[in-house]
Amino acid sequence: MNQVDSISILAMRDTGPAPEAAITRDLVKHGLIAAPVLIGGSAAIWGSNGALSCGYGVLIVLANFSIAALLVTRAARISYALMMAATLFGYIFRLALVSAAIFFVRNLSWVELLPLGLTIIISHIGLLFWELRYVSLTLAFPGLKPKLKNSQSTFSTSDESTVKP
Amino acid sequence: MEALARIAKAAAAAGASAADAKNNAAAGSAGFAYGLAAIGPGIGIGLIFGSAIESMARQPESAGMVRTTMFLGIAFTEALALIGFVVFILLKYA
Repeated sequence: MNQVDSISILAMRDTGPAPEAAITRDLVKHGLIAAPVLIGGSAAIWGSNGALSCGYGVLIVLANFSIAALLVTRAARISYALMMAATLFGYIFRLALVSAAIFFVRNLSWVELLPLGLTIIISHIGLLFWELRYVSLTLAFPGLKPKLKNSQSTFSTSDESTVKP
Repeated sequence: MEALARIAKAAAAAGASAADAKNNAAAGSAGFAYGLAAIGPGIGIGLIFGSAIESMARQPESAGMVRTTMFLGIAFTEALALIGFVVFILLKYA
């Protein structure tokens, strides 16, 4: 067995650009665009308490994405083994954080659980589908990478040089 | 389910009212359902990360794209757990 074969993938680390951070920046940007629409809709249906709960839900979702990206990006700089731990245990950790964020406020006067819960589900899945629009085409056909007039590339990958048409 | 029914019977035998027994069984069921909802995404995230590591080991030059897909896949999988959690919250407290 030569030296290359004996190197474990788990002992390697990634020193290139972090795609998670770029994706999360994009998700947060889209979330801030969508937030007024969601909050306005909640305000129309549930009133001011619904609007506040909806805003809190969007905040939870964006914080969840940001913490996930931070954990994976930092861990990948150290080793893939740590990235594995950060991904798997980070899931439990973030789920606990989301639970705590809701449990601590559930009895407050401005909290409406239905808009809060619906906002968490809709914004989480909606933002991911919005982001997928930019990612899926790029992955399958790099030459079809969407070009937006007023914004930069949605994310960069370590093999950015191969993505150009 | 049988265990939950037993809890409800024990609560009833202990003198709790039917409404209390029902509430206790509902709380137990909601917690049980949330636990079940978290198992699937946990397995899914493990599978996604395992495949990502395998891909990065085979083609280290594609690690950026693999990590992009992995991150989105994990976020989608996690949505299932969030749905389970929200349903639990709504059933229990709303």
